[in-house]
Amino acid sequence: MKAFTYERAASPAEAAKAVASTRNAKFVAGGTNLIDLMKLEVEAPTHLVDVNGLGLDEITPTEDGGLRIGALVRNTDCAADERVRRDYAVLTRAIVAGASGQLRNKATTGGNLLQRTRCPYFYDTNQACNKRRPGSGCAAIGGASRQLGIVGVSDKCIATYPGDMAVALRVLDAVVETVKPDGTSRAIPFADFHRLWGDTPEVETALEPGEFITAVTLPKPLGGKHLYHKVRDRRSYAFALVSIAAVVQPDRTGRVAVGGIAPKPWRVAAADAALPDVAAAARALTAGATPTEDNKFKIALVERTLAGVMAEARS
Amino acid sequence: MKFDSPAKTNPIDRLKVVGKPTPRIDGPLKTTGTAPYAYERHDVAAGQAYGYVLGAGIAKGRIKSMNLAHANQASGVIGVLSTLDHEPVPLGPSNTANLFGGAEVQHYHQAIALVVAETFEQARAAAHLILVDYEREKGHFDLAELAPAAPLAKDGKGKPKVENFGDFDSAFASAPVSIDAVYTTPDETHAMMEPHATVAAWDGDNVTVWTSNQMIQWGKRDLAKALGIPRENVRLDSPFIGGGFGGKLFIRSDLVVAALAARRFHRPVKVTLQRPLIMNNTTHRPATIQRIQLGAERDGRLTAISHESTSGNLPGGKPESAVSQTQLFYAGANRRTAMRLAELDLPEGNAMRAPGEAPGLMALEIAMDELADKLGMDPVDLRIVNDTQVDPMNPDRPYSYRDLVGCLRRGAEVFGWHERSAQPGTNRQGRWLIGHGMAAGFRNNILTKSAARVRLAADGRVTVETDMTDIGTGSYTIIAQTAAETMGVPLEQVSVELGDSDFPISAGSGGQWGAVNSTAGVYAACVKLREMVAQKLGANGEDIVFADGRVEVDGRSFALGDAASGGELVAEDAIEYGDVDETHQQSTFAAHFVEVAVDAFTGETHLKRMLAVCSAGRILNPVSARSQVIGAMTMGAGAALSEELAVDKRFGFFVNHDLAGYEVPVHADIPHQEVIFLDETDPWSSPMKAKGVGELGLCGVGAAIANAVYNATGVRIRDYPLTLDKYLDRLPKVT
Repeated sequence: MKAFTYERAASPAEAAKAVASTRNAKFVAGGTNLIDLMKLEVEAPTHLVDVNGLGLDEITPTEDGGLRIGALVRNTDCAADERVRRDYAVLTRAIVAGASGQLRNKATTGGNLLQRTRCPYFYDTNQACNKRRPGSGCAAIGGASRQLGIVGVSDKCIATYPGDMAVALRVLDAVVETVKPDGTSRAIPFADFHRLWGDTPEVETALEPGEFITAVTLPKPLGGKHLYHKVRDRRSYAFALVSIAAVVQPDRTGRVAVGGIAPKPWRVAAADAALPDVAAAARALTAGATPTEDNKFKIALVERTLAGVMAEARS
Repeated sequence: MKFDSPAKTNPIDRLKVVGKPTPRIDGPLKTTGTAPYAYERHDVAAGQAYGYVLGAGIAKGRIKSMNLAHANQASGVIGVLSTLDHEPVPLGPSNTANLFGGAEVQHYHQAIALVVAETFEQARAAAHLILVDYEREKGHFDLAELAPAAPLAKDGKGKPKVENFGDFDSAFASAPVSIDAVYTTPDETHAMMEPHATVAAWDGDNVTVWTSNQMIQWGKRDLAKALGIPRENVRLDSPFIGGGFGGKLFIRSDLVVAALAARRFHRPVKVTLQRPLIMNNTTHRPATIQRIQLGAERDGRLTAISHESTSGNLPGGKPESAVSQTQLFYAGANRRTAMRLAELDLPEGNAMRAPGEAPGLMALEIAMDELADKLGMDPVDLRIVNDTQVDPMNPDRPYSYRDLVGCLRRGAEVFGWHERSAQPGTNRQGRWLIGHGMAAGFRNNILTKSAARVRLAADGRVTVETDMTDIGTGSYTIIAQTAAETMGVPLEQVSVELGDSDFPISAGSGGQWGAVNSTAGVYAACVKLREMVAQKLGANGEDIVFADGRVEVDGRSFALGDAASGGELVAEDAIEYGDVDETHQQSTFAAHFVEVAVDAFTGETHLKRMLAVCSAGRILNPVSARSQVIGAMTMGAGAALSEELAVDKRFGFFVNHDLAGYEVPVHADIPHQEVIFLDETDPWSSPMKAKGVGELGLCGVGAAIANAVYNATGVRIRDYPLTLDKYLDRLPKVT
């Protein structure tokens, strides 16, 4: 870990300004991912702006009947919130499928969206990684890639976005609210928040330098059955091989997002439109897939997991 | 004490303390965080500096140069120990890979420098500032690619590791029923909770290392050799060990670099191998490719057994002896085993819990299931039909005690085996495919000399000293039980001191030999102490009774401590074995039964029930023995379902080198586990009549799970771990 300076921010706007005005600065909230990466020097910020004292830790109703989840609401609290459990159960299910109780107690709503890939080559600083060191190459391509992406990847990077919560937020059409260093705020539709990184895998989100997440809002409840199935090699504390977040209506139409296969939570309009035809929806979700020998099984796994989720929705 | 004939009735048979379920006596130290583990020995030497190991960034090649300037100038840095400043340290007899020194890189994350600083964080930060210029060489990293041309492994005398008995080829060719299949097991890592760690401090020419090591005298021997100093100048102290599983049998780089750095910088130095370094820096269980051929009569009797295993290792390394149990386990007149060894440039392969048997039975016991399937025979019955009470290749040599059949029958009954659906893929409950599987387990009982010292104080307190280790197994407790039983005192009156190389030399912890040998050594020392007590109290001959903290001599009664009223009594002895394990094959046996549920959609396998029935001689402490077996069953579940070091075959390293990527089971994976120990004794083992169980619980369990998955799905998987990608396309269609 490299030495760094540290300050506590007094307001969201000041936090944004502080990060924008200091070279190589980062926000720190729960720190569950950033601190690990700093120990390995995968991340080496020279300045940390601690946002834990900013409040932003409440879940409140929005004017249009949804919920606003403050950026510093801890994952545990979000998952346990009665309104979230009742109206957005897919979100609760996704959150508790991730990490461990201890980590969820620390991890925040905003920070969780920014967790970085778990590609092992990203973590090993001896290996080439365009995301860690732009232009150095990608050791994962041609390497051990069972966990890595099959759609939306590029010849510069085949890593995945690893989180669970974001897959549910994608299926719910959440909106990310931010404040910029100049004090203005904006709302980013979740579909646009994580980006397909193409030639610049080091740029993972739509956030501008210093832009700070203040909240995530959920539109008014969708009804239907809320399901999240995370497929993994052990039953806890493992990243998804494939995960499916779905909201299925009584007529078996619905929407679906997939985790573990792409640089971002993967949702395809044609897949939603195809439901309840699982095979057609799965085809749409994996269209154009460019898997490796190690992870080509994910194509079938998407279909099978979705079939299981749709069967579950019926019961 | 010489042990060369079966044990007769002795003080242990009283079973007032031995054999009773006894919570571990060191438990309170552990639950209160006061058990002194190596990295927490802050008190043992003043002014400890922190070391941080830099691992090589390539798998094979040479270090052309190393720029230490930035690291040396970094905040808090005391100095940097560079591999280029040392000749490769001499290795002990069981190590293959270089531990430190020289420009040659033999494997990824080989220790190439140690940064020593005032704090851990300073050492770590400075380690990242070292610039290394490598010259890469091409290496071999793909076992499957090399296997077809891999030569036969050779023993120490150059003899190829092939065993033939009878005429396998003709018997196999003429067998009415046969199977011939190839099975693979992956590289695995020990993943013990406590990383390797050492505090080293010099006093003149003498070094003391407070470390985490299973085999104290091997460690002392090998560290002395590495440092080029006499053995008597080395002291190891390792009273508490947070798991070893074979990963701490031999000294590792932490010991070497801590001792070298402490000498060079004139400061006590503390080093732990950081978790992401351990998988590639230390040893691992090597991957195997195993071909098994079984031929049988229609009634199931085996007539031909062949088991050939190929593994890889660094040049000079040993093969994974995955065929060893096949030489002994089942009857059969015609047999062949062979081991092949490919030269790989991956990190060193070496012992991991039940080396040989663990991967060997993962293959053999699927093969037996396949044979049962082909015969249309119950797999329990197939194993019963092929039971042997003698060493199959030396029929004059009986087993000392073997009740595998008892394990199988009892297990089948308790598990409800006969209620299962024998037809694979037919038991579906909702989305779940339910399956039941079983396998037999086998692991040898190894006898080896073990010594102890016992002290009796005037207050009647008995103190045991031996360099035996407790790697989480419960050694403290069974040793205390042994001393309490032999001396006729309550358990609370016994203190146990372990893991110090100044103590008498024990068997140490490995190969499940620790329990039986170390307690037998303590028993021997106690018997000597009893003789001293008898002499002090004027007893003549045999008429003396040790019970309830008192001694009855010829109708007179003394407190035990009275014998030490004139000064502490100290007795030291060792158990030494005659040819009891040559005349008799000594092994332990198990039957494993498992229920699984496989998700018909996703292929995820959930364990529902696990049962192990063990035949392992007298069980010294049913509580800690059960812990050993359920822990081993859990390790077996990992080996069956999720554990695999992923090899990067281009760059030659284990990619998933942390506990997020290398997936050992979590609590949610492990269902109800039941363990039954058959009530038995083995008088050929030692005066304790006990045998080891620490590895037995792992032997066979992986195959039981694999067989259950087959029973659930109808899909036979021969490649471990049984991750869903290996059979997803063979599950029933869902759309």
